[in-house]
Parts: sequence; structure tokens; C-alpha cells
Amino acid sequence: MKIDLTDTTASKVNKALVQGRRAIGTPAVGMVLTMVIVTDEENAYDSIKAAEEASHEHPARTLVVIKRHARNPRERTHSRLDAEVRVGSEAGTGETVVLRTYGEVSDHADSVVLPLLLPDAPVVVWWPADAPEIPAKDPLGALGQRRITDLYAVENPMEVLEARRRTYAPGDTDLAWTRLTLWRSMLAAALDQARATVTSAAVEAEADNPAAELLARWLEARLRVTVDRVVTAGPVVTAVRLRTEDGEVVIDRPEGPLATLTLPGQPARRLALKVRPTSELIAEELRRLDADEMYAVALRGEATEETPAHV
Amino acid sequence: MTDETTRPGAQPPGGTTEPGTAAPDTGTAPGARTSGAPDEAVTDAPAADGTTPEGPPPAALTAPPAGWSNPLRDPRDRRLPRIAGPSGLVIFGVTGDLSRKKLMPAVYDLANRGLLPPGFSLVGFARRDWEDQDFAEVVHDAVKEHARTPFREEVWQQLSEGMRFVPGDFDDDHAFEQLRKAVDELDASRGTSGNYAYYLSVPPRFFPKVVQQLKKHGLADAPEGSWRRAVIEKPFGHDLKSAKELNAIVHDVFDPEQVFRIDHYLGKETVQNILALRFANQMFEPIWNRSFVDHVQITMAEDIGIGGRAGYYDGIGAARDVIQNHLLQLMALTAMEEPASFDAGSLLAEKLKVFRAVRLPDDLGRHTVRGQYAGAWQGGAKVRGYLEEEGIAPSSTTDTYAAIKLRVDNRRWAGVPFYLRTGKRLGRRVTEIAVVFQRAPHSPFDSSATEELGQNAVVIRVQPDEGMTVRFGSKVPGTSMELRDVTMDFAYGESFTESSPEAYERLILDVLLGDANLFPRHQEVEESWKILDPIEEYWASHGRPAQYTAGSWGPAEADEMLARDGRSWRRP
Repeated sequence: MKIDLTDTTASKVNKALVQGRRAIGTPAVGMVLTMVIVTDEENAYDSIKAAEEASHEHPARTLVVIKRHARNPRERTHSRLDAEVRVGSEAGTGETVVLRTYGEVSDHADSVVLPLLLPDAPVVVWWPADAPEIPAKDPLGALGQRRITDLYAVENPMEVLEARRRTYAPGDTDLAWTRLTLWRSMLAAALDQARATVTSAAVEAEADNPAAELLARWLEARLRVTVDRVVTAGPVVTAVRLRTEDGEVVIDRPEGPLATLTLPGQPARRLALKVRPTSELIAEELRRLDADEMYAVALRGEATEETPAHV
Repeated sequence: MTDETTRPGAQPPGGTTEPGTAAPDTGTAPGARTSGAPDEAVTDAPAADGTTPEGPPPAALTAPPAGWSNPLRDPRDRRLPRIAGPSGLVIFGVTGDLSRKKLMPAVYDLANRGLLPPGFSLVGFARRDWEDQDFAEVVHDAVKEHARTPFREEVWQQLSEGMRFVPGDFDDDHAFEQLRKAVDELDASRGTSGNYAYYLSVPPRFFPKVVQQLKKHGLADAPEGSWRRAVIEKPFGHDLKSAKELNAIVHDVFDPEQVFRIDHYLGKETVQNILALRFANQMFEPIWNRSFVDHVQITMAEDIGIGGRAGYYDGIGAARDVIQNHLLQLMALTAMEEPASFDAGSLLAEKLKVFRAVRLPDDLGRHTVRGQYAGAWQGGAKVRGYLEEEGIAPSSTTDTYAAIKLRVDNRRWAGVPFYLRTGKRLGRRVTEIAVVFQRAPHSPFDSSATEELGQNAVVIRVQPDEGMTVRFGSKVPGTSMELRDVTMDFAYGESFTESSPEAYERLILDVLLGDANLFPRHQEVEESWKILDPIEEYWASHGRPAQYTAGSWGPAEADEMLARDGRSWRRP
């Protein structure tokens, strides 16, 4: 069910939500969190879709904040809020409210979002693109326990990565980091089996890939060795090599979802290592809502001071 | 946990890692470490006692540095899942229903979720004239049809490379020789490191044969630093004596710590949640005792009949099939005291205390009921009665319905009856635990206001529609004071996921990880037979099962049994 509200306020949106739920006969719902998506029209469709898919694992109230740009000065002075309330089958397992802000209210979107947050439940803010410089200081970002940005959606990932490192606050996280989970768990499992001290390492990836840089920094921080960045044709991360005294531990994914794991003295094995869609990344992101300390470690690349000479 | 089990040979027998290098725990299974350490200790024993350990350990494992801990693991890193260490699963009776509908899909789902180690291998053993490819084909079809997660070609490729099939009978020495070769070959080509779990998905009468063959061909002896585990399914005997015999047979070959008894109910999220509900919250435990609880009802109802299982079911019956394992386990979890920690040993200790405190009613005739379904219309279809089922003798006294009353004689539960019931061809398929509370000692409202008010209850819905319901009274809107029962619901499907893992996924992963929390130990099996045996003996010598209409909620005698205590069954 869909209810459109033009030139409205947060309290009218709340009324519409209750009205919508009554109409479809589910006055009580077990939503576990509020997801705030801050985006533009261009990215709205895909991110709402991803959030709705993720809501099958984490039923949520999704608030989509879209800032509209007025085309002429007259409209610019006029401030307006339009809302589209979706409940039931059109909103995954939860509820979705698309909020479009025009004019001055765009600068005060937090005042619209605050009354619409679910009581007690945690709040997650996600910027599919155009994240603020300091997510934790952003008025909307400040509402959330967890702030999700995406280094894949910026012009200069390496510069932004540095900015993220400088401005890191507990609760920050990035989808470029989420994309690495499968790689990292396979690397940890491989090292469990190899049981050897790593002397040096290399990450092979396409140029300027922020995930590869995070992976390299994580390896540096954890293994306390120099990690070479090797540029390949991609796509994304293509291989990781951990050199030990016994030989190399390699996970190689030249293309496609099937990778090869090589351990010294053991037969090579194939393993599935696919590039996951955004909805799965978001679902993983929502599984834990406390601060991701390991992301902070990877951002800082703690051991870098001891092992200079890279990039 | 992950760390522990994925590092074969890491530990000196019986030793634990020193605190400084303690294995990073992913945080998902607190205390699991304690169950890992003894496991490793015992696996070393058989290899050391002179029997031939087969297959050279992989080169990389020859000289593991002492106290090595994986720098890529960190307790703060909560994203990294528990992945099983290098290992393989051998399924006996791989052509069976359970294997095709549950085990194979569960293995695939685990692989799809990235929880199986690279190189994981699956070996099927059955009396079929199949090649490896034919077996892979069968698994492929089973996975496509029954897996929970979407089918992905690359995951399938990763899995299928490690599939082997060994044709043969259980008394065929040649076949077990083949199996040994297959296992050695997989160690060499897939790096399974000698770690194997044998899943005995076969009728219990074959257990002795299979485990003896495993022993004879050296398949049960783990090479230095690796493990061999046995996984068995119910029934764990049909009385105390046979259960002990069965345990003796299996323990003769596998160490008791390495025997995993599957009770798939314990793998269900809601059942695991009983402990979370009771011990992670403050609001339930204070009233979880005789001062507030009136009685507890545990129900497991099925709407199906015995189907084609006449051969297995007749002579066993509902009580042995369900009460002895599932219902007594649910009761133990509901009634037990808080375990010292959440590890297998502490859980076992608490559950055993409950079993040992169980007292049977003095008059078994008045406080137990058994029944058989009679032919009737059930849910719009005409069904046959139990005695008319194919393969069942008209004189059979096997129970398809059983209800018993138990007491738990300890400070917490003295005087609180636990009513357990199970049956086939009942109203609908449902399993639930209802903790029914006493009425308020005093009511300021007059009796007309509270006429419709029942007792408060906390109901844990185990299946289907997993979740929990709290029933309490509430004022009916309007001018007069009138109270009525309302429910407050928590549904898993609503608050978490429609994709919560199947019980078998969890249990198979736990077997590979060596985490025994969710598996009943042989002491529990034996204690529960001690509870059930006197009832079965009484039934064998007194009367016949009562008949009940298929599709109803059991025989009238069961209602009378509760009415005698001034109570009634809930309609689940």
C-alpha cells in the first residue's frame, strides 16, 4: 500500500504510517532498526531496492531522504516536504518512507527524520554516494549508531580514504571494507592451515581500488610485514600472496567467482569467491551494529610506521 | 573456537594454550574453547597406541611452531565467521531420504555461506552401482530441490570437486578398503588433513557392523593431530539396556567425546533461544519457579500418520520416538538451572541434574495416557486409522499418542507438574513449550469482570512460526470493566530473518568444529531411558491404547488426565 503526501510534515507522515499498517491489518511489527538512506534521485532506486532486499534479513523502517534541487530562484525560497509512505508488500518486510525535501528544509532534514525513528531501535545511516566529509558530525549522521559510506562511489578513492582515516569515529564503516569479508575469512582460514609466519605479502588489484588498499593495510596491521601493492587489470582484487618460509599462500581470482587457493606442500583447491551485490553487503553490515574496530585498524594500517616504503 | 579446530595438532595433548596466546574467540561461541581442548587431547590417543595412522600428514603441518596463533584472527573482528577446519564428511546411507532432503542441502548451504573450508570433501557410501559423477549428479539434484540458499554454479564447482562415491555393502571388506583409499586420496589431493566425520544415516541395526568395519580398516583411528568423529541419529536404543549396548558398541571404536548424537530439535533457533530468553534477560528468571509457575506443557504434534515407516514405527511408538529424546531435552532446557558457562560440559551437568530429579507419578495408570489414531476425516481428507495402516497388525498396541506427567523434585520445581504429550495425526503440526503461570492471588475486580480471564502464559513456539507468545489479561475497550486475554507476539520471521539457517546446517558445522553444545551426550540418553522405561513397562502390561479421531487433539483420556489435576490442555 502506498500513500502520497504533498507539502507535509513528520507528524502527518507518522499518521500515514499508522493508517497504512491498520489498513493492511498488521498494527504491530517486529522491525529491528531504522535505516536512513541519504541520497539523490539518481541513486535512490537502486539503494531502496538493496535496502528492501536486506530487510528480509533485518526488518527495518527505511527512511529515504532525497534532497531535490530547485531549478529557479522562486522555488529555492519556497521550502517543501513531500513524502511517499509504503507499507506491506511494496516495502520488503518493513516500512519505507521516501522523503523529498525542497528548499531550506533540505538543510534541516534531521528535523524530519528524528520524529520518524523507531523507538529504542538502533539507527543506521547510509550514504550510497556523496557522503559528508565527516559522517559522524553530519546532522543526519549524528542520529545513527552506524554510518555506512562507500569508497567505490567517490571520484578520488585514495584521497577520500585518507579523509576517512582522519575523521574516523566509532560506528563508521564502509562498503569497500564489507566487500572484503569473504577474502579476509578465506585468508584467515588459509593461514589457519598453513600455520606459518608470514614474511611479506602482496595484494594484486586494479589501480586505485580502495578495497585493495584497505586489505593491504589490514594485512600490514595484522601481520606486521610490508605489503606490496601490485596493479593488475582487475576486476577489483585479483590475488593475495602471503610469503612464508615454506612457500607462498596464494588466493588467486583472475576473473569470475571461482578462485584458487594454493598452500605450500598441499594440493591447490578451488573456492567460490564472488563479488556480492549491494543488498548482501548491506545485510552483512546490519548484522552487527556496534563499532567495527577492525575497520578502524585497517584504516589506520597500524603497522605502517614500522614498515615504511610503499605506494 | 574457529582457531582451535582449524589448527590440527596445535596443542600438546591435554594442554591448553597459555593465556597470552589464547586462541582468539570470534565471540560467537563463548566458552567453546574448553570443549575444543579435550577433543584434541583424546584424538591423539588412538594414533599413539600402536595402530597404523594412515596417510602422511600434509607437509605444512609437520613443524607447526609452538604457541602459534593466527595473526589474521582477532576477537574484535566479528565479521569473520566460524569456518570449519580442513575436513571431510562421509555419509553412510547416502541414498536415504534424510540424506537427500536435509544433509546434502545443508552441506551446500554451508558452502554457499562460505563456512566450509576450501577442499572440503563429501564421500557417499551406499549399495549402488555408481561412479563419482553419478553421485555428484544425485547431490546436484537434491541441492537444487531442497537447498535453502540460491544455487550458484561456482559454489557447486568448489563442492563437486571433492565428491567421491564408494559402492558396497556394510559387510563388504573390499568396499571399506575402497573407502580407506578414497579418504587417503582426498587427504593428498584436497588437503583434508585426515579429519573426517562419519555420518551414520542408517538404521541402528547396522551401527555395530559399520563401526566395526571402520575400526577394522583403520578408518576410525585419527592420525596424529587430526580427528575422526561419528555422527549418529535417533533412535538411540529402545530402552536403557539397548541404549547402553549401542553406546558400548560406538564407544568401543570412537571416544565418547567424538560421538555426536543428532537431535535436530536442538539445532533449531528457538530451542537455542530458550537459554537466551531465560539467562540473558532479567524479567523471566525471577518468576521461573514454583512460586509463580502453575504447570508446564510441552507438546509436539504431527498431522501426518506413519506413512511408509511402519517397519520402523511399529513396536517403537510415540513415547520412545519423541518423548525420550526431543521432549525430555526441551524439558531439561526449560527446567535447568543456569549453567556455569555456555559450554558442553556445563550444559550437560545442568541437564543431568534435571533428569536425575525427575519423579514419575505413583499411579501411572491415572497420569499417563497412550493412544492410537482411528480412521476419520482429517483436514478435508479421509485417512486410515493406525491399525488399518499397511504393515501394521490389527492387534498392535504401539502408541501413536503419548501423554505423561512428570515432576521435577528440586527446590525450584517441587509441586509443579510437567505435562509432555506427542502424537501423530493430531490437529496440526506444532511444537511448543507453554509455561503456564498461577492466577493472581487476589483480584480487585469482581468476578464478572474476570470471567473470561485465563492464566498468564509464556509460550515458546518451536515450530512452525518460530517465536514466542506472552498471554496476559487486558481491559476490553468500553465503559464497563471487563478483562480478556490478549497475546504479545515475537516472531522470528518478523524480527530477524526469513533465512535463518536450517537445524542441520548448524549441527553439521558444529560437528566439523567439534563443538558439542547442541548434542545430547550418552549420559543424557541413558538418563532419559530411565525416565521412560517404567512407563513403557507399565503400558506393556496394562490395557490397550485409547483410540482417538485422526485430526483431533488426542484421546478423551488425555483430557481427563489433566482434568483430574484441575487443569486442561492448551490448544496449540
